[in-house]
Amino acid sequence: MAEDARDALQALLRSGQAARAVLADIRRLAERTGPVRLMEVCGTHTMAIRRAGIPSLLPPGVELLSGPGCPVCVTPNEVVDRAVALARSPGVCLATFGDMLRVPGSSTSLAEARAAGAEVEVVYSPLDALRLAAERTDRAVVFAGVGFETTAPTVAAALKTARARRVPNFAVLAAHKLVPPALEALLARPDLRVDGFLMPGHVSVVIGSDAYRPLVARHALPCVVAGFEPVDVLLAVRMLLAQRAEGRAAVEVEYRAVVRPGGNPHARALLDEVFRPVDSAWRGLGVIPGSGLELADDYRGLDAVARFPVEPEPTREHPGCRCGEVLVGALRPPDCALFGRACTPARPVGPCMVSSEGTCAAYHRFGG
Amino acid sequence: MCLAIPMRLLEVQGELGKVELGGVLREVSLVMLPEARVGDHVLVHAGFAIEALSEAQAAETLALLGEVMAAGEAGGGDGGGGDGGHG
Repeated sequence: MAEDARDALQALLRSGQAARAVLADIRRLAERTGPVRLMEVCGTHTMAIRRAGIPSLLPPGVELLSGPGCPVCVTPNEVVDRAVALARSPGVCLATFGDMLRVPGSSTSLAEARAAGAEVEVVYSPLDALRLAAERTDRAVVFAGVGFETTAPTVAAALKTARARRVPNFAVLAAHKLVPPALEALLARPDLRVDGFLMPGHVSVVIGSDAYRPLVARHALPCVVAGFEPVDVLLAVRMLLAQRAEGRAAVEVEYRAVVRPGGNPHARALLDEVFRPVDSAWRGLGVIPGSGLELADDYRGLDAVARFPVEPEPTREHPGCRCGEVLVGALRPPDCALFGRACTPARPVGPCMVSSEGTCAAYHRFGG
Repeated sequence: MCLAIPMRLLEVQGELGKVELGGVLREVSLVMLPEARVGDHVLVHAGFAIEALSEAQAAETLALLGEVMAAGEAGGGDGGGGDGGHG
């Protein structure tokens, strides 16, 4: 039986032999580049890198740091507070992804609100939330839509279906964020020292690798779109080092089996139809122009903010939490005074310690 | 949150598909991948197939990896074969 290249690749990307060979190549390239700092901007990469212990395998001069890649971590407290207020409203069921449940808001998380009687449902897909609305016609189902470009089209598809079927009791709290504007904001910071970006694989499936061309042209910074197996990450690091060694800066794709230059046109069309860009606040980065998505005019009727006026509590940040600095690569989690003491995955103070892909959670679980 | 899993497409019925991985079956929406065909490896995220894995592109990555591995083995004597290096 001829082996399928996709299966063969998948197996090789997890093999120690391949990892050792790529690491040997990385060591050779690192001698030419000198010290480099590479940033990943995807929570799934953060977890994959820490789980595989990649930082300890790299030569001493090659440093990996985590950027604003975890959607629930960059979501400001205000969004969590609004979701909590919605969940507490009579006749409202708040549906969301599991990642959002334990994120602390100003004074409470959705999980705590649920324990106190608020109606909160965890769903795997926005379509499950839509199904919930069809089943529970006596209440409104509000889906709290967080996530980057990977997730936003799935919410757009649910909204499109809801509008077409005239589902009366479904609405979305739209809090999606866009990666390229955040990278621009990050690069505008004078304190940031980064020599290359490991670009998020699944965000890039949707928006395409060409989406990073303007950024590379403006900043002459190597960018490589990476997959999620340990050897994917190592290959991408090798490609970034090769660019540095050769004095080039380009967008390259390591995750070629699924990432196309133009992305997924159907997913992009959904985003264009249902949403429009809006200025949006990011934890750690502040308000970034055009970095969020709000509902387009035709979908305004499905906007939970307009449909269910609630009064969220005044926004408050935990005084000692330094998630904002962690999210821009300015602080390593172990250097936060709360890390592992007042702030643990069991009792998180900030969102970076909660999420399954938060930088602090990754360090706590797998070590720094 | 941007986790997506490659699964094999077993059935297509209009905008819905049935996918499988390791014996686990799941229904997915194909609205973002209307060109998907039975037998495709599709990347599944939050109940949607968001892309099909290209066998040709996978073969290219496989070839690239093969080159790196060959180079690593040819010139890798200096590495001490170790997993050493603490960063």
